[in-house]
Amino acid sequence: MRVAVPLDDVRPGEGRLLVAGRRRVALFLTTGGPRAIDATCPHAGGPLQDGIVSGARVTCPLHLRRVDLDTGEVDDCAERVRCYPARVAGGHVVLDL
Amino acid sequence: MTAPGKRLAVVGNGMISVSLLDQLVRLESRWRISVFGDEPHPAYDRIGLSQVLAGDRAADDLPLRDRDWYASHGVELHTGCRVLALDAERCRLATARGDVDFDACVLATGSLPFVPPIPGAGLDGVLGFRTIEDVDAMLERARTGRSAVVIGGGLLGLEAARGLLARGMQVTVVHLVDRLMERQLDDGAAGLVREELERMGLRVLLPASTRRIEGEGRVEAVVLDGGAVLPADLVVICAGIKPNVALAAAAGLDVGRGVRVDDRMATSAPAVHAIGECAEHDGVTYGLVPPLHEQAAVLASQLAGDGAATFRPLATAARLKVAGIDVFAGGRTTPEAGDQEVLLRDDGGGVYKKLVLRDDALVGVALVGDLGPMAAVSDALTRGGRVRDRLALLGVGAAVGPPPGADLADDAVVCGCNGVTRAAIVAAIGAEGGCTTRECVARRTRASSSCGSCAPVVDGLLQLAGMGRAAAPDAPDVCTCVPLPRAALRERVLGLGLRSVSEVLERLGDGVGCHRCRPALSYYLDVWWCGEHREEPASRHVNDRVHANIQRDGTFSVVPRIRGGVTSPAELRRIADVAERYQVGAVKITGGQRIDLLGVRKEDLPAVWTELGMPSGHAYTKAVRTVKSCVGTDWCRYGVGDSTDLAVRLESALEGLYTPHKLKLGVTGCPRNCAEVTVKDLGIVAVVGGWELYVAGAAGMTVRKGDLLCTVATPEQALEEAAIAVQHYREQAEYLERMYHFVPRVGIEAFRAATVDATAGARRGLLERFRRSRDNARDPWRSVPASDPSRFRAPLALAEEPAP
Repeated sequence: MRVAVPLDDVRPGEGRLLVAGRRRVALFLTTGGPRAIDATCPHAGGPLQDGIVSGARVTCPLHLRRVDLDTGEVDDCAERVRCYPARVAGGHVVLDL
Repeated sequence: MTAPGKRLAVVGNGMISVSLLDQLVRLESRWRISVFGDEPHPAYDRIGLSQVLAGDRAADDLPLRDRDWYASHGVELHTGCRVLALDAERCRLATARGDVDFDACVLATGSLPFVPPIPGAGLDGVLGFRTIEDVDAMLERARTGRSAVVIGGGLLGLEAARGLLARGMQVTVVHLVDRLMERQLDDGAAGLVREELERMGLRVLLPASTRRIEGEGRVEAVVLDGGAVLPADLVVICAGIKPNVALAAAAGLDVGRGVRVDDRMATSAPAVHAIGECAEHDGVTYGLVPPLHEQAAVLASQLAGDGAATFRPLATAARLKVAGIDVFAGGRTTPEAGDQEVLLRDDGGGVYKKLVLRDDALVGVALVGDLGPMAAVSDALTRGGRVRDRLALLGVGAAVGPPPGADLADDAVVCGCNGVTRAAIVAAIGAEGGCTTRECVARRTRASSSCGSCAPVVDGLLQLAGMGRAAAPDAPDVCTCVPLPRAALRERVLGLGLRSVSEVLERLGDGVGCHRCRPALSYYLDVWWCGEHREEPASRHVNDRVHANIQRDGTFSVVPRIRGGVTSPAELRRIADVAERYQVGAVKITGGQRIDLLGVRKEDLPAVWTELGMPSGHAYTKAVRTVKSCVGTDWCRYGVGDSTDLAVRLESALEGLYTPHKLKLGVTGCPRNCAEVTVKDLGIVAVVGGWELYVAGAAGMTVRKGDLLCTVATPEQALEEAAIAVQHYREQAEYLERMYHFVPRVGIEAFRAATVDATAGARRGLLERFRRSRDNARDPWRSVPASDPSRFRAPLALAEEPAP
């Protein structure tokens, strides 16, 4: 599904949790553009939208695992989080979930 | 001078070949360059082989340039391609892969180990020390063999011996002459070096000459003149080098010990030049690197520049680093008649410094154990000229002098291994280069990346540029993202007026930072600016963005401040009401005498705070947490001091201050210590006639009884000492360093000297900065949500098919 989130709903550098049905998605406005990933850290279920974003990585606030926003790779973890295409258009972030 | 499109063939691909290519690239020469090397890899740092042998450096760190570099600069590189013949008349090379025509040719064929005619030198296990392959073979032997004999006690031989010693072999050095490194060292310096080497476990035999090497197919022993037999699983011959002149000699060039060249590095054949260890200039061949870089620069100028440069040999000195021993020597270290000598010698301290002068000019130097004066001495030796203050040149009477490198000329070569001048290093440090650390300078210029002897000068130049590295050589960098020690960072942050984390990262760091340094920088900026910094929540842990403690399920806990643990029925009722209204998951009394409401949703936090009407307890962050107390004299029949009153006053005085790590305090009314204050970061005990202050107690991951800091008479004095101690901790500890780590690290005596026993001025300064920080502290539960409610929004619910 394609969704559009008003840019004003997201603070640059701080994530926002989106809920679509059962899916929880963390949306970030990074210096490299918008990024969207599954919001649940595969390590212990931490809320990735609340992590510190540095460059293209977010650090889970619970146990400091880092998640790559471009690839979904997680520190010390075989499992990846899902990444969703995101772009800015007309004052919105357009996401394909 | 540039010949567009003409072909330049460079025979040899070692350090000096690369040095020439560098210069040609810099001069934007239009030569079409081909480089032929008979080793299979691109050029590498041969000086670093000793470090690889000793295990101090990885072999894959040695390459000077990768293949991409050659390609991107249009240089054709032929590795593993031996040049078989040079036809100087037809301007043609015969290589293993066919003939190559050239318009100009450079011989940079270097040298080969000199193998004396010792019977048995051809046995398996007898090696030279010249190439990566030699090192690999030595390491292979070191894995299985026990004993090694190094033939030759010169610079290279001692490096080899030290490396093999580090690899666990029993090593004997056999040297023909009666002192080590006799070409560089006088008796005094050589004797000291020998003592140090023997202390390290090396066996040194001299004067001793090798009669033969024995073994059945592979080496088993070395037999000396006189008959002594040294068992050996490995023999390394470091008996000197001989210029590699075979190609030139076969081509009919004028060859002596090396390929003879003039001041412009031209050989006897018109289109052929020679540089490096293979070249002989004015009857001399060179083995140390600095004059060889000079030769490369001269030739580059001839080939692609204005051709004005000519080779003028300079006196040079060499540095040898054998484990802990620093040696630096050059010129003539044994005086001749008419020379003057300056000698400083400390046998017990392992220091020996000697200057040899002729007509007031420096002609020789030997330094052992303390290379502090090296940069200045090296420069004086190279430049010649009158030495005004000989003792100062040796560092005598100059304990507080300018940093090393301060008085070097711009074109003085700082890094002899890579031919890097002071000007090049200063450029790397300057506004355009942007380097703030030695590692950065090494990456950009290669200075200090080979033998490392110029590291103090690089540090000195960094220090001169305000980077402060040399001021605290042992202090760790704040982070790899911000490669400066904390003290240097503080100076630059305050000097440049940087008040936000992003400014600091942009100006002094990598522009991005990480989850470790950004919260640390957030803290440091707060304390350095006494709260007058610019807060950036994106650099804070979520706890500090929303002022609550995140729980494993993503909800938050709320702990209001209850000063001293003293509350009231009305307050308890309000807390109960809020807990019910927001259906909190649990209500818990904490170890610090507080009430914890667990399971609050992020979007409910502002309303919960408003309805509680209580200040933040800061239980979610690195800050002043709680002051625990007992009921003291008000109620307790044993109490000797009013601990509850002092606890409330102490908490009011400190609350809202951020600290390197959490800060838990306590005040107890008598030595029975019901408030358990001797295991707090700061604890106060009422005793008859006064109050005792303890710091650095712990009862968490570690258990530690606090150190008695001082005893004072009145509660007011106790408050003042506590404020000074806390401010000192705030300013001096690393971020995330608990009081119980900080105080043992610096020592309670030093802590006391910096607080209780500090000068009146220092104490006033601490108190003033404490008050400024305190005045700038805002209760985050009242100020932040009002100014920025958007952070506390509920998750954004998305419909199935919203319109874009």
